[in-house]
Formats: sequence, structure tokens, C-alpha cells
Amino acid sequence: MSGVHRTGRVTALVAAAGLGLLILLALLAPYVAPYGVDVIDLAQRRAAPSARHWFGTDELGRDLLTRVLFGARVSLAIGLVSAALSAAIGVTVGALAGYVGGASDAMLMRGTDAMLSVPRLPLLMIAAAVLAPGVPLLIVLVGAAGWMETARVVRAEVQSVKTRDFVVAARALGGSAPRVVLRHVLPGVLPTAAVSLTLAVGRGILLESALSFFGVGVQPPAASWGNMLYQAQTTMSSEPWLALVPGAFIFLTVLCCNMLGDAQFRSRALAS
Amino acid sequence: MLSFASRRALQVVPLLLLVSLLVFALIHAAPGGPLSLYLDNPNVRPQDIERLRRQMGLDRPLAAQYLAWLRAFIVGDWGYSYADGRPVMDRLLERVPATLQLIGISSFVAVIVATIVALVSSVRRGFDRAATIGAVAGISLPVFWLGLVLQLVFANALGWLPSSGRSTFGGSGTLDRLAHLVLPAAVLAVAHAAAWSRYLRSSMRQALAEPFIMGARSRGVSEGRIVTRHALRNALLPFVTVVLLDASMMASGAVVTESVFAWPGVGGLFTEALAKRDYTVLMAFLMCGSVAVAVLNLVADVVVHTLDPRTRGET
Repeated sequence: MSGVHRTGRVTALVAAAGLGLLILLALLAPYVAPYGVDVIDLAQRRAAPSARHWFGTDELGRDLLTRVLFGARVSLAIGLVSAALSAAIGVTVGALAGYVGGASDAMLMRGTDAMLSVPRLPLLMIAAAVLAPGVPLLIVLVGAAGWMETARVVRAEVQSVKTRDFVVAARALGGSAPRVVLRHVLPGVLPTAAVSLTLAVGRGILLESALSFFGVGVQPPAASWGNMLYQAQTTMSSEPWLALVPGAFIFLTVLCCNMLGDAQFRSRALAS
Repeated sequence: MLSFASRRALQVVPLLLLVSLLVFALIHAAPGGPLSLYLDNPNVRPQDIERLRRQMGLDRPLAAQYLAWLRAFIVGDWGYSYADGRPVMDRLLERVPATLQLIGISSFVAVIVATIVALVSSVRRGFDRAATIGAVAGISLPVFWLGLVLQLVFANALGWLPSSGRSTFGGSGTLDRLAHLVLPAAVLAVAHAAAWSRYLRSSMRQALAEPFIMGARSRGVSEGRIVTRHALRNALLPFVTVVLLDASMMASGAVVTESVFAWPGVGGLFTEALAKRDYTVLMAFLMCGSVAVAVLNLVADVVVHTLDPRTRGET
């Protein structure tokens, strides 16, 4: 078993380091990017990757590496904040349903089922088309579309934790419901919530990129990895790097999130 | 048995009512309402918009509009496409066969691949690690990007396969149609096989940890037979339900893939309608998609209930 433990820890470390590096690069984008974010160099339009422009340039001669770094800020921000929002809603709904039970449980879970049976991406695409959101509203939309899985696992966990002796004891000693939930039940649920939070970051980034790819997400001139792909689509055969690079960044980031979530999940499964 | 199916079916009704409220609210959240498309059009006068509003009943109270829409939807009157004036139901129905073909073939391939991967994973440790990494990579791939890359490699660079459409214009050969199917089906199959091989592998592991497997081993049953006959049979049931429960993922995948490969299915129609803000088509798509997902979930529950006696005591 220790072999599994070790490989799990190594993957988790690599994934966490990768994510950390990306977040750092995104935060430091104005300092580490080789060119200005909107610097147009018409003499260097559609240049293939080279020593001067590592990832090449786009149709206006803007450096792709620079745009990818600045795009990372938007894509990562949407992924991280929307995941936090999803987790907050999911934990609240799941804890309420699991702890209170009865009619509120039935109502909340029917709502969750309803949300889960609407195909997520088309729903978000319509919402984004209708509301024409800026980045903050886009975060809210992506977050509001991703809490259902968290709610389900948290509810199941809360239901099992609340029958444990220490929770019963806390109630018997006269602890109020909010206090018992916050102090005694939720701490036991946190590891589960953490796993779904990590997975939600990757999902949020994928959803943002798909929305922007279809032209209803982040709008130009702001760059996100998704809308860079949207713009690259038409010139795919002549300038493939414009599509390959942002897509590779989406892939690697989501991969890191999923590997981290997987490793968390497995170490928890082994521990219990 | 029948009573379980009908009781479970009754639960779907309030669920779909909730979904319909959500869909309706979404369209009416548009600034300027469903006719906002015409507000920016210089050829449409404000009087015309006012007339259209009255004609379409958009000046009535929201609750009345919702009930009228719901009644019409249930009896099959889904309205007319804003884009070309044809009945929405006709536009959707003519696209269904292409989508079913794409989803059917890719799901079939994905189930086969997932089964083989899960089988080999449960007997070969090294393969299991590689397969786990491959599966995580597969679910992390942006579907549309995978489509673009495959197009770039196999259509643009190598020229082996056509990049889009369902057949060459004017051509109708079976080979031609097959060639067009390969890339979009491959994209969807990769996405689904990655997810499903993980499910099947973990349910295989659970099955292999059961006491009856140890019993079979102690009787000297060969490892291959234990995996294929004893474990796989028990692991398949939860797997089948997971595949059915993933209908929502299939719908999202079809939208993306059909749009990238210009596949003339329902998903392609959805992105066309999205670009034109063709709300009647969008609403009908979302409702049909949700009904399909809810019905497949119902089927999954009933299948498990019928096949697995252990679940019967619970309800």
C-alpha cells in the first residue's frame, strides 16, 4: 500500500507545483511577460514560434506568450472564484438538507435533481447569451451551475456524521443547531468538500473556455484562453500555434486540478 | 415491480416542472425580453415590436405566459423559429437522426474501450497506473480543442479524413459517410471512454474485494475467469446505470462536437440558434434535453431495481 501512497503523493506534489507556478505566472504577468499586453507589431504579424516570440504572434502581431499569460489571469480567476462559489452553495445546501432532513431535505434535493437534469453547458450558453455577462457575472453563472455534485456528497456525509456519538452528545448538552453544524458536523465534512472544490476549479476553467469558444463568454479585447481559441479557429490551418498553445494551457491546468483532486480523494479513501 | 416504476415516474413530473420554470425564467431574464434581438435592428420600427409583443402575448402577466407556454409545449406546439419561421419541432426532429448516429457509435466504442481498459487494469498493475493517468488526462481535455487538434492533424496536415460535415456535397457513398463520422465520433468516444473506464475500474475493484471472489480463488478458478465471469458481471450493473446517468454529459458533448465538425445534428442546430438568439429553438432544445436526461435517469433506476434484488428493500 505504501507504494500507492508514494505515487499518489508524488502526483499530488507535481500537480500542486504546476498549479502554483501557473497562478504565480498569472499574478506576475505584467512583470514576466516579454511584451506589453496590447502591443501591436504589424511587421511581425502571424509570425511562427521563434526565439523572439516563443509561441508566435497573432493577426495583429501581438505576442502569444504575453497574451497567454494575461489570459491565465482571467481563466484562473474564473475557475478559482467560481469553484469557491460552487463549494459555498453546495456545502450550504448539502448541510441544510442533510442536517435538517424531512421536507426541507426533499425540497432541496428535488431542486438539485432538477438542476442536474438540465444539460449544463447548453444551459450556461443560453444564460451567457441572454445576459451578455462581464467577467464577474460570468463567475456567478459558472459557480451557480456547479454546486449540485458538492451538495449531494456533503448531504450524504452530513447524514452519516450527525448520527455519530459526539454530535448527539453536543445536541444533548444543549448546543443550538447552527452551533452543532458549524462546530461539530462541518469540520468532518471539510475533506470531502475540499475534493469537490479542487475538481470544481478544473470544471470551471473548462466551462469558461467552452463558453468563450462559442463567443458568449469573455469578450475581446480581454483575453482568456477560451476566447483566444475562438479567435484562432478561423485561421487554424495557416497559424495552428494560435489554437494549439491556449488549448494546451487549458488542458494542463485542468489536468493539474483533476490529479490533485484525485490524489486528495485517494489519500482520504486510504486513511478511512 | 410495476408500482416501483410508476412511483418513480411520478417523481419525474415535479422535477420537469421545476426545469420548465428555470428555462422559462432564463429566457425572460434577457434585458428587453425575448424580442431584444429586434431592438438593435434598424429595419424594425418600435411600433412593429409593440405589435409583435401583443401578437406573441408578451404583454400578458408572466404567470399567464408561463402557463400558456407550458401547455403549448406539452401538446407539441413548440412555436416557430425566429430565424426561418419554420416550426421548431420540425427543425429539431429533422436533426435527430444525425445526433443519434453520432452519440450511438461513439458511446458504443467508448463502452468497449472502457470495458477492455478496466479488465486489463484489474489484472496488470503497471497498466492500471498508466490507464489511470490516461483517464485523468482524457477527462481534462477540452472537447472542442481535441476536435480542433484532430482536424488539424488528420484533415489539414495528413489529408486522410474530411474535416467537417456528414458527407461530401453531392456524394452519398457509404465510405464517404463513414470517413466523415470518424473524427467527431473519435472525439466523443475519447471523452466518454476516459470517464467510463474510471467508473468501471472502481466498480471492478469493489467486486474483486467481495468474499465470493476469494471463494472462487480458493476453489482454484483461473484468474482470467474470475475477472471476466465473476467480477465483471457484478461490476457491469452499476456501470450501466452510470452510462445512462451521463446523458447530460452526452448532450453537452454533442453540442460542442457537432459545432466543431459542422455535424448536422441537434447540437449543431443549438449553436446556430445560439448565434442568432433564436429563443424558441433554444428553449425547446433545453426542455427536450432535460426530459431526455430525466427519462434516462428513470430508466437507470428501474433497470437497477429490476436486475438487483438487493436494492428492492429500500423503497
